[in-house]
Amino acid sequence: MESVSAELEIAMTARNMPGIQEKLKSGKVAIAGLGGLGSNIAVMLARIGVGKLLLVDYDSVEPSNLNRQHYNISHLGMLKTEALKSQISKINPFIEMETCANKVTEENARDIFKEYLIVCEAFDDPANKAVLVNTLLQERGKKIIAASGMAGVGSANKIQTKQMFANLYVCGDSEPSLHDRAGFMAPRVMICAGHQANLVVRFLLDLDIDKE
Amino acid sequence: MVVNGKEKKIPSEISLNEFLSQEGYDTQKVAVEKNGCIVPKKSFATEMLSSSDKLEIVCFVGGG
Repeated sequence: MESVSAELEIAMTARNMPGIQEKLKSGKVAIAGLGGLGSNIAVMLARIGVGKLLLVDYDSVEPSNLNRQHYNISHLGMLKTEALKSQISKINPFIEMETCANKVTEENARDIFKEYLIVCEAFDDPANKAVLVNTLLQERGKKIIAASGMAGVGSANKIQTKQMFANLYVCGDSEPSLHDRAGFMAPRVMICAGHQANLVVRFLLDLDIDKE
Repeated sequence: MVVNGKEKKIPSEISLNEFLSQEGYDTQKVAVEKNGCIVPKKSFATEMLSSSDKLEIVCFVGGG
């Protein structure tokens, strides 16, 4: 059975260049918030074989989530941590996952993300985003990939990745959702999630990030 | 002082918290780096600014 698994894992990474897969497999990434950004980031990182993921969200799947979040009808009412873990184990069974269904606060954030040097901030509420960034950036060596502004149906090209602080990168267009009546739609939310996931990959592969 | 890459004149005695409010920022939704170091939220009121400081301010908008 073990050799069958090993063969499957090798076959699943056949499209990647040599040397890449080892770096991705040794990667450890935390995802804070499993909504439109976080659920899609987690699935992308799992597909390419990022070895270990921490999935953090206290919420359950609701019908209004399905227009942009990586869940389906069968997940309604489930904790997002559990719904996502179950999907990822079917997409790529070689990913190790940890979950946390507590609300992240100033008091517990350091502890929850202690083992993870790369954290994707994927919360909805701007005050929660600020708390996470403020708290974790006080920790040495941590990099935060945050998101700000991905509402509506404006140009996809306005969503960008920018280095804002020494260890803070922000993806999005920085436009408040009030400016666009379309609400949050799968395409722009997933473009922003793609920016965040791509920056994770660039970090894991030690690429030169200076020019973001 | 330089704020997000732009020159900004400030009064001599002003805290980060006062400066942010004066500039119209919601202090609950921002993260601030002063001279390359993150300023913890609980220090906003006591962190005094000087004209030689370099500030980077990120103001988050909702959605995720």
